[in-house]
Amino acid sequence: MRNEIEQEKLTPQDFERITIDADQAERIEKPSLSFWQDAWLGLRKNKAAIVSMVILLLVILMALIGPLLNGHAGDAQNLRHANLPPKIPGIEATGLFDGDGKLAGKTVNLYEMKKVDEYYWFGTDGLGRDLFTRLWEGTRVSLFIAFVAAAIDMVIGVAYGGISGYFGGRTDDIMQRVVEILIGIPTLIVVILMIMIMDPGIAAIIVAIIITGWIGMSRIVRAQTLKYKSQEFVLASRTLGAKDGKIITKHLLPNMLGIIIINTMFTIPNAIFFEAFLSFIGIGLQPPAASLGTLINDGYKVMENQPYVLLFPAIVISVLMIAFNLIGDGLRDALDPKMKD
Amino acid sequence: MSDNLIEVRNLKQYFNAGKSTEVRAIDDISFTIKRGETFGLVGESGCGKSTTGRTIIRLYDATAGQVLYNGVDVHAPKSKKENHELNRKMQMIFQDPYASLNPRMKVLDIIAEGLDIHGLVKGKTERKQRVIDLLETVGLNREHAERYPHEFSGGQRQRIGIARALAVDPEFIIADEPISALDVSIQAQVVNLLKELQEEKGLTYLFIAHDLSMVKYISDRIGVMYFGKLVEMAPADELYRNPMHAYTKSLLSAIPLPDPIYERSRVRHPYNPKDHQYGPDEKVEFHEIAPEHFVLCSEKELAEMQATRV
Repeated sequence: MRNEIEQEKLTPQDFERITIDADQAERIEKPSLSFWQDAWLGLRKNKAAIVSMVILLLVILMALIGPLLNGHAGDAQNLRHANLPPKIPGIEATGLFDGDGKLAGKTVNLYEMKKVDEYYWFGTDGLGRDLFTRLWEGTRVSLFIAFVAAAIDMVIGVAYGGISGYFGGRTDDIMQRVVEILIGIPTLIVVILMIMIMDPGIAAIIVAIIITGWIGMSRIVRAQTLKYKSQEFVLASRTLGAKDGKIITKHLLPNMLGIIIINTMFTIPNAIFFEAFLSFIGIGLQPPAASLGTLINDGYKVMENQPYVLLFPAIVISVLMIAFNLIGDGLRDALDPKMKD
Repeated sequence: MSDNLIEVRNLKQYFNAGKSTEVRAIDDISFTIKRGETFGLVGESGCGKSTTGRTIIRLYDATAGQVLYNGVDVHAPKSKKENHELNRKMQMIFQDPYASLNPRMKVLDIIAEGLDIHGLVKGKTERKQRVIDLLETVGLNREHAERYPHEFSGGQRQRIGIARALAVDPEFIIADEPISALDVSIQAQVVNLLKELQEEKGLTYLFIAHDLSMVKYISDRIGVMYFGKLVEMAPADELYRNPMHAYTKSLLSAIPLPDPIYERSRVRHPYNPKDHQYGPDEKVEFHEIAPEHFVLCSEKELAEMQATRV
């Protein structure tokens, strides 16, 4: 106890003045993080987004290499092998995916019955086509549409909204009236009109997306441009004599990039769903081409007897939608903390 | 070359001119700023102070009137080279230190923006050296160059804004409420920095503010604005000693002092423009009531004011 009190005693030296070095006073100790480094740190903490990213990468990988894995072509018909249930080597011993299927109310091994030696991992459809290959071919189509939609959003949407917002005045008035007309036309009608002049398929869907898909993005970008163009740092740049192009590329776009990315991430699942929906109702991709929508349509017809035809494409499309949405959510939290709510 | 660096002649700035929503942000004002002096512009929020500054520097196109810089009309059409030259000579310091720096750029690039636009430096090392010099001029460290604006405090950010304006070696700086967003303890820092820079580089300032005590401290002459009109203009001391216009009196009566005895007896004089009771044929003009001291008033008021002036 005594010892402690003695330790507390202050010596005259303790009252000596410490001069503050101006150099030290202005020092910042925290390591410098750029916006993107900071965003990555934020995103890394979001487990759902990271898991989604891994799953999405796997799905993309499978879409690229999946159709080549088991040696069956997606459009090769083999009526002798029609309607086979899934059979996967290795797992078949566990009783799951062993090729058992129902025939006239009785469970029998269809592979043995039909004397099929090959393995169809996800089974075959009514025409004897390998569903595993078709599933990943369909995923490929869906992802292709998704990335085309994202690119259209980024190019047409950003450019349209940016020009409209930045130049304002009459330009803005005219461009916004055009958007209002376009937004008044339901996308489904645009697709149906497209089919009248061109064959149904990927091209028609892409043209429909080109016509209407970018409107949401253009509105967001316009609003952002309006917000940023009157900000003081843009005015400062203008008083320094910067040209419009420089202001747009150096000041406006870097600040809007976060929101553009977030919005793109939400456009992608919409586009995937749009294609699947069109294919499902029969005005999208046409057979023999496969897409997740046509596969689900096929599966839905035989849902009671061969649920596996529906199961796998349904799982893939659900996983895709959830993954993109969760990544979009995570990116929004990381890139735009103010939008959280 | 005349003594006046800036001459504002009958400047008008109407927004939505001709429509029902017309706003007369600046309604026919004239003043001059001499080389090397600080001209303070005060007035309440929305009276057109900032618009005046922004019109002078061509962020807005004037509706009517002229702004002469060194005898050259700022708003007249000019060649690219002349425009460029003018952009270099006139610079602006902005009000909100949080909005005036691009959050996605490093301080190095923010300050060097003017250097890049005007091609004032050759090569990366010279560019960096210039930025470091500028940072040190405004009292910041060299390692701040690699950081982003969000890592700085308000006062530090405002100094970065000043460094950006100084980068192009301007002669005339419009300071648009540079201290009103800052903490009182930081305000003096920034104002003193501006004063030092003025002495060092012979800068001319248009200092826009609503804090009267700060304006008095920094300005040589002060203009008082009310609803787009300049109501009184005088040397700083004269304005504080002999406020003539009722609005100026009202403004001055609103300054609190850290003196309880004075505060107890301080009476606020509210200003009501109807109190003037101008007749329909009375001309309200800018009259020189004493040397260098101008007041917006009618002939009748002028006579009264001259009688009461001490």
